Amino acid sequence: MEDLEKIAKEIRKDILLMLNMAGSGHVGGSLSCVEILVSLYFKVMSYDAKKPSDENRDRFVLSKGHAVPALYAVLSKAGVFPRDMLWTLRKLGSPLQGHPDSKYLPGVEASTGSLAHGLPQACGMALAGKLDKNPFRVYCLMGDGEMDEGLVWEAFMSASHYKLDNLCVVIDNNTLQIDGRCRDVMNIYPLEEKFKAFGLYTKSVDGHKFSELISAFEEAKNNKRSPTVIIAHTIKAKGVSFMEDKVEYHGVAPTDEELKKALEEIDEGD
Amino acid sequence: MKATRDAYGDALLELGRKYKDVVALDADLAGSTKSAKFKEAFPERFFDMGIAEANMVDTSAGLALCGKRPYASSFAVFVTGRAFESVRQSIAYQKLPVVLCGSHGGINLGEDGGSHQAVLDISLMRTLPNMKLVVPADYNETYTAVLSTIKNDGPVYIRTSRAKSPVFTEGDFVFGRGKVLKTGRDVTLVACGFLVWYALEAAKLLEKEGIDASVIDMATVKPIDEEMLYDFAKSTKKMVTIEEHTIFGGLGSAVAEFLSEHYPVKLKRIGMPDVFGESGTGDDLLCKFGFNAAGISNTVREWLKKN
Repeated sequence: MEDLEKIAKEIRKDILLMLNMAGSGHVGGSLSCVEILVSLYFKVMSYDAKKPSDENRDRFVLSKGHAVPALYAVLSKAGVFPRDMLWTLRKLGSPLQGHPDSKYLPGVEASTGSLAHGLPQACGMALAGKLDKNPFRVYCLMGDGEMDEGLVWEAFMSASHYKLDNLCVVIDNNTLQIDGRCRDVMNIYPLEEKFKAFGLYTKSVDGHKFSELISAFEEAKNNKRSPTVIIAHTIKAKGVSFMEDKVEYHGVAPTDEELKKALEEIDEGD
Repeated sequence: MKATRDAYGDALLELGRKYKDVVALDADLAGSTKSAKFKEAFPERFFDMGIAEANMVDTSAGLALCGKRPYASSFAVFVTGRAFESVRQSIAYQKLPVVLCGSHGGINLGEDGGSHQAVLDISLMRTLPNMKLVVPADYNETYTAVLSTIKNDGPVYIRTSRAKSPVFTEGDFVFGRGKVLKTGRDVTLVACGFLVWYALEAAKLLEKEGIDASVIDMATVKPIDEEMLYDFAKSTKKMVTIEEHTIFGGLGSAVAEFLSEHYPVKLKRIGMPDVFGESGTGDDLLCKFGFNAAGISNTVREWLKKN
């Protein structure tokens, strides 16, 4: 667990650095899902960074595509591509597009960004796995604001209908979306009851606690009856106190001054 | 007389027999789009997604990302319109080899009315980078076109029709190539889909009046056969496009765009003016919008008088 905590700090710092260099991007939702991604790539998933196209690999689909700096930082940390590439984020010609693009970067399993399209693509992957009797698992990370999209519920309906027990969805429930609190912009709660009504096995965890996340992922692996949805309660922009839980840090990059302050705060925790 | 949607069903079944990676999806219209034939033969490789076209399209993308060859069908109006954002983000943007089949294209589906008549699907799909677009003329051409999609490495949209129509081509379809069905000196009729037959019949009527028309079956609307357009613009100096679709953004626009940049000649676009369809029998609607042989020949004759 200590290793994972250490990795999470490095990922947070890389996210802040790359966003600062890019001059734009989504800091809040990238920082809120760090522990989720680190658990998956460094503990839970069967994934060889040297073979990102291995047909037996577990798949991870980032449905909340705007959090892609977190995914890039994790993929690079895992060894899919060199860390230097992170500093090309959002630059012309870079494979590190502003939102995930499967055409340019091995390790990015599906192009997303326009919300809700990650989940149904993950369902298609899970169906393919079932068809081929290949035991790989498919993980999909979604935002709570993303739940506003109707397509999300079409996809959950079909995931349940086709009994995709090889699919595990995580909701990064940081309670904020661009225009404000999710409950004020468009009240999507209660989520757990909705998921249960859709026939999904549902689990709530602290999305910043590795032990809770990992045990929920293990539980999902053993659930052979239905897809699993893990509601991960998180704090937007977690780890940088002056940004935490503030809606204004949804879609901005840290300034030089903010970056300095943020990096110092993360290092202080050591 | 056979419907092009039946050719989709028959060709899909053949693809299913030949290639184990072929999977089919439908959105509660398998009986109408004819994907039901595949469903009966290969139930384990068929996924009914319910009345949820966007989810069907995105799910197809996920299957393709895992090496499957998905064929997803619904009414043309839904698979291109309702699911447009999924086609854009997940299929075209990723250049995935997913074949979308829109059945019940155009107004010939008749009585269900304007809510169900696809008159915008060609323009919607044509605007998408990476998307190839086929509107075959008859059963034989549809059958060959559907079979040929398996060799593609990107997305294809195929439009089929509900109504039974004459079978008159040999089915010698080649992606990106138009087919010359008649060579004449005075004007070139460029048509796609169901209306190619009517264009041919119209050419016969015009011949009796001393107008010698060429007729081209432009089954691939994108990428369009520019060489053929150039040659016929040069030889006949006048061109008419004919499609069961709005004149904005479809075959007529594709031809107009090419000609105006490369070989400007007089052009008349026959298609739906800026209106939706409506209820009626297929034949009555074709007549109302001037898409049958008499309608096409009248429009061409009157236009030629002024141009």
